[in-house]
Amino acid sequence: MPTDRPSAAGLTLEVNQRLGAFHLGAALELPGAGVTGVFGPSGSGKTSLLRLVAGLERPTAGRIQLGERVLVDSATRVFVPAHQRRVGVVFQEARLFPHYRVRGNLTYAMPAHAAPRFDDIVELLGIGHLLERMPGALSGGEARRVAIGRALLSDPQLLLMDEPLTGLDGARKQELLRYIARLTRQVDIPVVYVSHDADEIAAIADHLVVMSAGRVVASDTLSALLQRLDLTQTLQAFEAASLLDAIVVDHDAAYGLTQVALDSGAPKDHARLSIPAPALDRGQRVRLHVKARDVSLSRSVEPATSELDTLPAVIEAMTCLAQTPHQVEIRLRVGTQTLRAQLSRKACDALALEESMAVTALIRRVTVSPI
Amino acid sequence: MLTPAEWEAIQLSLLIGLAAVAWILPPGIVIAWWLARFEFRGKALVDGLIHLPLVLPPVVVGYLLLVALGRQGVIGAWLYSALGVSLPFTWQGAAVASGVMAFPLLVRALRLSLEAVDPKLEAAARTLGAGRLRVFTTITLPLAVPGLLTGTMLAFARALSEFGATITFASNIPGETRTLPLALYTLIQSPGRESAAARLCVLAILIALVSLIASEWLARRTKQRVQERDAY
Repeated sequence: MPTDRPSAAGLTLEVNQRLGAFHLGAALELPGAGVTGVFGPSGSGKTSLLRLVAGLERPTAGRIQLGERVLVDSATRVFVPAHQRRVGVVFQEARLFPHYRVRGNLTYAMPAHAAPRFDDIVELLGIGHLLERMPGALSGGEARRVAIGRALLSDPQLLLMDEPLTGLDGARKQELLRYIARLTRQVDIPVVYVSHDADEIAAIADHLVVMSAGRVVASDTLSALLQRLDLTQTLQAFEAASLLDAIVVDHDAAYGLTQVALDSGAPKDHARLSIPAPALDRGQRVRLHVKARDVSLSRSVEPATSELDTLPAVIEAMTCLAQTPHQVEIRLRVGTQTLRAQLSRKACDALALEESMAVTALIRRVTVSPI
Repeated sequence: MLTPAEWEAIQLSLLIGLAAVAWILPPGIVIAWWLARFEFRGKALVDGLIHLPLVLPPVVVGYLLLVALGRQGVIGAWLYSALGVSLPFTWQGAAVASGVMAFPLLVRALRLSLEAVDPKLEAAARTLGAGRLRVFTTITLPLAVPGLLTGTMLAFARALSEFGATITFASNIPGETRTLPLALYTLIQSPGRESAAARLCVLAILIALVSLIASEWLARRTKQRVQERDAY
């Protein structure tokens, strides 16, 4: 890892761009670490935004800053050309150079001080056996991995990924997504991941930017946005869900169950869940993804349902959305974390639920991803 | 087997052909790239000017060269007074004339090839920190090599067979500017030299055939390499 680099720094931008009838107007401040998902339907301006940051296009007016470095400022006529920005881009199509071998592609932009990372990155991406091949001989997934490696080895200060899974079939998609998730935890630069696929973003993003018709609709941490009951409709592709931080406390190999403790602020009364999950090391930090419709509530504080995992919770807010009048959106507090539930109106009335009531949340299904 | 005069004509033809290609390659590459990658006002005019030698009578081109580069010419006078260089009636002058005639063929072939290079690859290279010159030398030009080869072969063939502009600008001087076509013309003009003319004719055909075969071979080789990189 080069040490001469300023500590990873965030992206700040405020841009306006007109492209025919399309108008992009975005103001954003992104964190200097972790993965920011930029989500929106096709034509919402995600790719335009990315091209502006990469320097492949000029905004009509605006300012883009990466850490302390001003990349664009229309007021002072600053425009740093793409090749001086140190912003790596992984494009939708891999865009490998067809006349260089994989090795040549990887080292095309590698500065001397990044050379020690070559082996690590090649191993991390599982492309060691491809080094002497020509790009034409790679499968779609392999080519994307090489493209990711090439961008990383150019030693960027920011990595942009533009729908890198487009056009891959289901299995390849999952495979590449795993590689990307692993990699984004290991690099110390911020990553911006553009996608119209909510599942991809839910799997790897920490921060979420939602775009629609050329503007930014919301920007916050993913878990905070998923808690926003008012955004349920905008984010419907994500399906109402909660992300909970937890730590592995035990693994029961006989039953294939992993016991995790939720971070709750108060260490002694850690809420615990037993989850069917592959063996994970004790102490491993994990992210739990719980869909709101997989959470039901009970008023008894001591439930004895053996098949269900339960958490003590307090109702924080309840809303009925106009689009789904027979359903109640509920936000719960579990320790210091937030959990969402969706109940039918009937069940809600039967339980006579009210805000700030203590309840027990029954969780039917959890997805675990290591972080 | 060959008479000294025939040898001389062949050597001169090859020398002038190579020199012509050598001097038009750098400006040809730059202009082809410029035309392929940039939109600017007056592009059609530039394009037309470059193509003029293809449609003008070669004698007109030769005459214009004489006007421009002759010792009394606008550029020629300066060349002579500043550098002591005089182009008319020299083999260098013949190379200039045949180069001008071959220029459009080179630019056309190269431009087509450059236009076929995916700009997305160039954009990718720029995001990887490559400046304009590096993008051109490492991505654009290598990917346009088939067009570069075709253009160079075409230009070389055109320069070898150039007659009108050369005789007008550089005259028909034995051992200096009398290339194969000019030697053949001279023989045809002199009575009783039919057999010598026929020999030169055969030589011209042979040279043309050899360069055709060589270019075919080169083209096939690059095609193979392209396929190799596409299909491994």
